[in-house]
Amino acid sequence: MNADNPLAHLPIPFQAVDYAAKGYHLDATVPPDQVVSAAAQLDKEGLALDTITGVDWMAQGQMEVVYDYFHPAKALRVVLRTRIPRDNPELPTIRKVFPGADWHERETHDFFGIRFLGHPNLTPFLLPEDANYHPLRKDFTT
Amino acid sequence: MIVKEQVKTEITPDGAPRETFVINLGPQHPATHGVLRVKMVMDGEYIVRAEPVCGYIHRMQEKMGENRTYAQFLPNTSRIDYLSAMTYTHGFVGAVERAAKLQVPPRAEYIRVITSELNRISSHLVWWGAFLLDLGGFTPLLYAFDDREKILDLLEAITGSRLTYSYYRIGGLYNDIDDQFIKGTRDFIAQMRPRLKMYKSLVTDNIILRKRLIDIGPISKDMCRKYGATGPVIRGSGVPYDVRKIEPYSAYPEFDFVIPTVEDGDSMARYLVRMEEMVQSLRIIEQALDKLPAGPVMAEKVPRVLKLPAGDYCYAVEAARGRFMVRIVSDGKEIPYRVKLRTPSLSNLSLFEEASEGMLLPDALALMGSLDLVIPDIDR
Repeated sequence: MNADNPLAHLPIPFQAVDYAAKGYHLDATVPPDQVVSAAAQLDKEGLALDTITGVDWMAQGQMEVVYDYFHPAKALRVVLRTRIPRDNPELPTIRKVFPGADWHERETHDFFGIRFLGHPNLTPFLLPEDANYHPLRKDFTT
Repeated sequence: MIVKEQVKTEITPDGAPRETFVINLGPQHPATHGVLRVKMVMDGEYIVRAEPVCGYIHRMQEKMGENRTYAQFLPNTSRIDYLSAMTYTHGFVGAVERAAKLQVPPRAEYIRVITSELNRISSHLVWWGAFLLDLGGFTPLLYAFDDREKILDLLEAITGSRLTYSYYRIGGLYNDIDDQFIKGTRDFIAQMRPRLKMYKSLVTDNIILRKRLIDIGPISKDMCRKYGATGPVIRGSGVPYDVRKIEPYSAYPEFDFVIPTVEDGDSMARYLVRMEEMVQSLRIIEQALDKLPAGPVMAEKVPRVLKLPAGDYCYAVEAARGRFMVRIVSDGKEIPYRVKLRTPSLSNLSLFEEASEGMLLPDALALMGSLDLVIPDIDR
């Protein structure tokens, strides 16, 4: 058991982070096809889904999807990231593992146009029902 | 309103017709306390499926975060959950202070705790009054607003606002508290304790209320975890999850208080958790006033133009409705690259569709009220 990384037994490449400086304990970047299996492993460890969001790295031509998890019983905040191409932002949904992901993924789709494959209802969540724009993309103009 | 086209009739195996129909609860409805719409497929009085429809007061707060400086975004943080403005500002300034490595003076942290806990009580009082109003009792609202008024007067005197305080600043506070505030807060604690006892005998022990809430809308520990429900919702399911204890921040480690939990997971459990939280908040405020350190309330040398080192920074606080987290992604400029607001009401409401399945409509409204929703907190 690693003192800095209580999830060291999982095959997820976690890095221990200084909580006081960053506000979370573990950070990992995984390929987009592994977000579902990572979610399933964290689910088994008893973690809860905090939120899902995106970051548009336009200069690098990438979209980052950030999954936040917290542990309901101990101080353990886990951040899982993945990068997908900005011109074809697609990755699988984790709502089968965490049903709470349903709304967070819809919101991320609203704001960034990221498509969560296998999501049954990727319709506008916070934006108007006929919205065909994604306001948090860095090239969005009104 | 009944949507005619969606009325469906089927014949059940024993030959009786079974008819479902759709009703819209809201977006303007007295029981939703804000513009929330719930599309309900009903089988008589029973809910087949209740799907919340959000976004009616969406303001794109996160986009606003990307086109103004950190200090300029500060007023927005009071307008997300307008009943819990102190804690929300705390989450945002906390994230900025963490990134900028600012040392907040101890006196400022103590005053943050005092004002946040007063704000928690005033928020719970609004919930209490409004929830009982949903259940058909008008009088408690008048008592609740009477007590809440005293808190608003206290906070108004030091912040200048009654609701959207923006009292915390990056590195400290807008101004110091005075003797009048300290005396007024002590008087309030002395008045509030017997009032909470009266609330118990007047409302909590009332048999009609108990029949409306006990065993209604049970939410399991696991459902909370899968949906990320926090605050009184998860604590009403027996999980002692509270950011103030689990990820301690500000001056909270210096106070003695307990995290109330109730195992039952029903609407009564969530009710009891909030009632006990007000008692605990009074305890925290009293201790903070007793131990209040002297000194400045603003960190030295907070740059006028603040640029955060590149990277991402999170800061979570325990708001009245649960875990509120701010994630700031900085690229080193004076304007944030990304501001993410993780709000508790969104996650708490997201379990409603699963939890309300098969419930009677009036019971589902009791469940919804027990979640203590603030709609701008969902829509942002």
